[in-house]
Amino acid sequence: MNALRAFWNRVRLFYESWPPLLRRLFVPALLVLFFILALVLPQAGVLNLYQQQVLIYVGINIILAASLNLVNGYMGEFSVGHAGFMAVGAYVASILTVWAFPRWGLGEYIPYLFPVALLLGGAAAGLTGLVVAFPSFRTRGDYLAIVTLAWNMIVKSVLENIDAIGGPRGFMGMQKLTTVAWVYVWVVVTIYLLRNLVYSNYGRGILSIREDEIASSLVSVDTRKVKITTFVVASFFAGIAGGLFAHIIQFINPRSFSILKSTDVLVMVYLGGIGSLGGSILGATVYTVLLELLRPLQVWRWVVGPLLLVLLMIFRPRGIMGMREWRFLVPREERSQAIASIKEHIRRKREAAAPVPVGGSSD
Amino acid sequence: MPLLRIRGLTHFFGGLRAVHDFNLDQEPGELIGIIGPNGAGKTTVFNLITGVYRPTEGEIFFNGHNLVGKRPDQIVSLGIARTFQTIRLFKNLSVLDNVRIAHFARTRYEVPAAMFRMPNYLREEAEVRERALELLDLMGLADQAEWVASSLPYGLQRRLEIARALACEPRLLLLDEPAAGMNPGEIAELMELIRWIRQQFDLTIILIEHQMRVVMGICERIKVLDFGETIAEGTPAEIQSNPRVIEAYLGEEAI
Amino acid sequence: MQGLIQQVLNALQLGSVYALIALGYTMVYGIITLINFAHGDIFMVSTYVAFFVGTAVISRALHLPGIVVFILTMLATMFATALLAVLIERFAYKPLRQAPRVSAVITALGVGLFLENFTLATIGPDPRFLPKFFPVVTFTWSGVAFSNIQIIIIAVSAVVMLLLDTIVRRTMVGMAMRAVSWDKFTAPLMGVPVDRIISITFALGASIAAIGGMLFGMVYTIDPYMGIRIGWWAFISAVVGGIGNIRGAMLGGFILGFVEIFTPVILPASTYRDFVAFSLLLVLLVFRPYGILGRPVAQKV
Ligand SMILES: Nc1ncnc2c1ncn2[C@@H]1O[C@H](COP(=O)(O)OP(=O)(O)OP(=O)(O)O)[C@@H](O)[C@H]1O
Ligand SMILES: [Mg+2]
Repeated sequence: MNALRAFWNRVRLFYESWPPLLRRLFVPALLVLFFILALVLPQAGVLNLYQQQVLIYVGINIILAASLNLVNGYMGEFSVGHAGFMAVGAYVASILTVWAFPRWGLGEYIPYLFPVALLLGGAAAGLTGLVVAFPSFRTRGDYLAIVTLAWNMIVKSVLENIDAIGGPRGFMGMQKLTTVAWVYVWVVVTIYLLRNLVYSNYGRGILSIREDEIASSLVSVDTRKVKITTFVVASFFAGIAGGLFAHIIQFINPRSFSILKSTDVLVMVYLGGIGSLGGSILGATVYTVLLELLRPLQVWRWVVGPLLLVLLMIFRPRGIMGMREWRFLVPREERSQAIASIKEHIRRKREAAAPVPVGGSSD
Repeated sequence: MPLLRIRGLTHFFGGLRAVHDFNLDQEPGELIGIIGPNGAGKTTVFNLITGVYRPTEGEIFFNGHNLVGKRPDQIVSLGIARTFQTIRLFKNLSVLDNVRIAHFARTRYEVPAAMFRMPNYLREEAEVRERALELLDLMGLADQAEWVASSLPYGLQRRLEIARALACEPRLLLLDEPAAGMNPGEIAELMELIRWIRQQFDLTIILIEHQMRVVMGICERIKVLDFGETIAEGTPAEIQSNPRVIEAYLGEEAI
Repeated sequence: MQGLIQQVLNALQLGSVYALIALGYTMVYGIITLINFAHGDIFMVSTYVAFFVGTAVISRALHLPGIVVFILTMLATMFATALLAVLIERFAYKPLRQAPRVSAVITALGVGLFLENFTLATIGPDPRFLPKFFPVVTFTWSGVAFSNIQIIIIAVSAVVMLLLDTIVRRTMVGMAMRAVSWDKFTAPLMGVPVDRIISITFALGASIAAIGGMLFGMVYTIDPYMGIRIGWWAFISAVVGGIGNIRGAMLGGFILGFVEIFTPVILPASTYRDFVAFSLLLVLLVFRPYGILGRPVAQKV
């Protein structure tokens, strides 16, 4: 552990010795490089179908975990119904690519329209996020958890009762449109957008609700607006993930989106750490890969997840990254250096003006 | 015209009458103290003004706006900020974030602008960042800007709570026992701070306080509550010699 | 008319089982404000205990009368299930008593899933029947048919509920339970052994669920995932009645029993019953978040 940390510190020192321009371009360059890899490796046959599939699941799970983290980690509510929103996105996107687009004479453009289907699925899911957002004005904690749970169950039950979309038998006919490259793009977009939200006034509003809802409203936070934003945004991305999911397994049924699925996402969030997007990336990756590695255990591997969750809660309740963030996910203007330079600027301005009588000036 | 005008304010918790027929006219710039024994209803008055509870009866007008029925965040936006009897900071957030949150109601950019880092978002965030750091600098908290709030020493936490309230840019500031838990040295510093922010930010203040030194030292007018009733009102000198006050409250406390 | 009475009888039978399980949710919530999501699976485990014990007893001691076997099995099941619940509390929940509330709730979810999948992995997914303790006797009374099993279920549940109500209201243990639930911090100062009372609550809740499990198993098949559906329904019962409120749990159980039985009568298919139950829950939570008999808790600023 210590050796690892020492190694990491050396990597960091090395990185910091680079010229600023190079550092500024490093992360974007890396992102582009990964995109090219995501595009090329499957084509070139370096990644076999199974490996591609695992990567795709990792990506989908990152989107799910990061968006749920917004609600459970950043806002501190306890939603156990994320799969419900995922289901809405999955069904809407699938219906669009399987029925609607061909019927509107757009059959041949389906691969290009895939993002549109995903966005519409996400939008539909986001809209249903209101179902949970409104009750959250009045209830919270355990009761809100029950609301989200009821929501998950209702979605599943409604889907089971609509015969037109297959009822309990499920819905199929989707093309395999989800590729590693697509998932990669969506992961990057999701993390980027969520990060920007988190570091805005709205993001701080979300955090303040977790910390102390009453104090939050007493320093002018419109908690209703924040809650609506949070639930809608989180369910939007869950819907996107659902659409991606539907177009990789090419067959969805209501059971794919049961409370078990929601629990899986919960494990990833709390494994990675609440209030940390980096944590969700890590949690989703570790958990997904772990379950794949445990495949030879067959049924027993489903015992591992829950056990892991329990041990985690007891011994490391904040998860791997609890409330810490990877540096590259913190906007540049929010990092210590930027803050320090603003402070310096203020100090100079103050020294130019009259001295301050109170408040132990900081020099 | 008074800035704050309260008429017949009454509040029940179930069968308990926590506040009864509370009236107040506060001119802009005035510093009024509220004192009274434990459970007298002082904090409840603050909670009623700031919309935490809806009064059972009575009217509250601030700057011409009727506050009854408004949500707390709307009331803050109208220009009333407060601190709490027991510190209620956002414990796990940085000192800087604690102060920046108070800018919420004045945010002009919308959620999508934030998510896509639009120019107006970047501009406004830069503004908020600088304003918040400036305030922290004024309050002597700049060096701790990136600390987690809960890691501040107690005295500085109290100070941060005041800073956070000031960041709401209030006209009326409600301070609920700001000296609670402080030693005499810290109390002297606090009194100095209150006087100074009052001038600096052109504030009207209501101060709840048990420390007689503080109330008598800086308030122009004092109201005394007991069991929800207003039992006396006047200048510090008048209050100190009022027999009902001495009986209800000051009797045990040597001044 | 006879059809209606018949259905009411069925609803009462099912409602009794829900009520018995709901009691466990509500008691634990009442005492440590934890939604014990594992409770439905504890109930499931209890039916398996009853299955193995019952089968063993019957195969060894055929000459014992059915009622004796029934009671022996029930006692053993209650004991084993209570032990399981106490162990879960001790090792999974107790370390989290000072932690944020969600930690414990997530742990409970995890424990539940663990029990399900563990049972699945060790015993397998096939549905099973409890051994027959009694021959089924069906009576007909002015056109309404009912069996001795139905009567046993409703009667045993009624007795258990009355007993529990008395325990909580009239005994020292009950008084201590109420004290802990009222104020965890003051109760120990008054000499109430908080830890032991919490263990007793878990044990009591689990043994009542075990009774429910046995009664349930006499009518329906059992499988590793039964705890999910029955557990959720019982949980809704507890919330509908007002979680933390014992009489509320009983009331809620019967309401949900009626919902389940009468949904297919009114709506086109029985597959709507989840929809009805959870919508009922959602609507109730929005308009009366504290349940029918529950009381709101005040927030102090
Ligand atoms: N949310 C509430 N629910 C029920 N009763 C309350 C609530 N808040 C306050 N009370 C009661 O109202 C009365 C007045 O309380 P309040 O907090 O206003 O007193 P206070 O004057 O601020 O006292 P202290 O000096 O102790 O802070 C007390 O009897 C208190 O117990
Ligand atoms: Mg008070």
